[in-house]
Amino acid sequence: MPFPHKDLLGIGQLSKDDILTILDATESFKEISTRPIKKVPTLRGRTIVNLFFEPSTRTRTSFEIAGKRLSADVINVTGSTSSVTKGESLLDTAYNLEAMNPDILVVRHSASGVPHMLAQKINCSVINAGDGAHEHPTQALLDLATIREHKENFDGLKVAIVGDITHSRVARSNILAMKTLGMTVTVVGPPTLIPVGMESLGVRVSHNLEEAIADADVIMMLRIQEERHNQTSFPSLREYSILFGLTAEKLKKAKEDVIILHPGPVNRGVEISPDVIESGHCLILNQVNNGVAVRMTLMYLLLGGADENPN
Amino acid sequence: MSQPALTAQDIQRALIRIAHEILERNKGADNLALVGIRTRGVPLAQRLIEQIKIIEGVEVPLGLLDITLYRDDVATGKQNPVLKKTDIPFAITEKTIVLVDDVLFTGRTIRAAIDELMDFGRPAGVQLAVLIDRGHRELPIRADFVGKNLPTSRDMRVQVQLAENDDTDQVILEKRVIDKGLNKRKED
Repeated sequence: MPFPHKDLLGIGQLSKDDILTILDATESFKEISTRPIKKVPTLRGRTIVNLFFEPSTRTRTSFEIAGKRLSADVINVTGSTSSVTKGESLLDTAYNLEAMNPDILVVRHSASGVPHMLAQKINCSVINAGDGAHEHPTQALLDLATIREHKENFDGLKVAIVGDITHSRVARSNILAMKTLGMTVTVVGPPTLIPVGMESLGVRVSHNLEEAIADADVIMMLRIQEERHNQTSFPSLREYSILFGLTAEKLKKAKEDVIILHPGPVNRGVEISPDVIESGHCLILNQVNNGVAVRMTLMYLLLGGADENPN
Repeated sequence: MSQPALTAQDIQRALIRIAHEILERNKGADNLALVGIRTRGVPLAQRLIEQIKIIEGVEVPLGLLDITLYRDDVATGKQNPVLKKTDIPFAITEKTIVLVDDVLFTGRTIRAAIDELMDFGRPAGVQLAVLIDRGHRELPIRADFVGKNLPTSRDMRVQVQLAENDDTDQVILEKRVIDKGLNKRKED
């Protein structure tokens, strides 16, 4: 079955089968990064442009490494060093990059919908690497890949997503993916950080961390995105941390085999305490590790793999 | 259905002979490892390892190779193949590697397999064992050990069925069904 998409703009476009196809292939791509020569020739001669209008360490590096391990040529363009600072519009920048014939444009932008708009205007494949508070599909997929390594089945898993839900594209992509896979999701945070009508996505809303994590199989902690707050959403970081920060003490209320995810960057001591990060439950670095394999998979699938071998 | 080109017994005999030939050529099983090319090279390699164990009393290591990412026709087709894991659980450097596949045709699969193998180290030598050599090579590649040479025309399809994957052991020759011309398969 061919992978039926040219672009990856959001989890919303993926069926359950699509998600499982990606996760199955990810396991194979992961092996490549353990080889003595961490490179396969699959995308030789292809060009991938990373167009990042927001700061990023993990995601940009991960896309770059993923492309390079597939032998593609990867070019990084960041907003602050591009001609956008000279007044060029986003679309003109994209048209000019497209004139150099890239095969994939990886886009991160602070405005929701930018990857969708570009995908309509240009011919190459577009991957959404995070758009505003909308979606961050590759993050959700790498989270799922990490969960899959530690839990037998997606169906029926209980997940608590904790923190700044309003500003989190990671939460949105994960909720969409997890609901598609039959998981039960509870979002946790102060009322000011949870959008009204959240229940319409099929999730439960809680304002009590200890109650919400008691029966969770997976806890996903989110960073307070202060850079996106234009008003005060809670009295102080200290108070937020006391109520919604995950500490070893609160973790005692959770299941023995609970796993903890965090998309990074972490604000140690705010949403998650250092002793929790050091505990065996916390899989932050596994997530980063899986991120490379997930992005390799997507590049491969979007650029259309090969025929099946007849002999 | 047409008469099988090889029966279960033919396959069994060919594999026993190949196991002997591998041992004869390499003067025993020291330093030897078998690497099966997915999908059907793997059960063949496993069977050869069993035979070698019966003959020589030594169990040589098995590796699995998925050559999908090394193919020369990525993106010429519209289908995504099911990717499986490559798994070489031993150091190949200084070992003699016998690649095992079911059908040798254009030679492109073997080219890809050798390329991939070399990314794992520097073997002392690489040999090739195939159950069927059907001719029509497009690259300067030949097999060291052949179960059966099966002259075919290009529009024929050689189907190797093995109990591990297909419930039965046999090799069938059949006319290729051309699916609407558009999806004409690039052969390996």
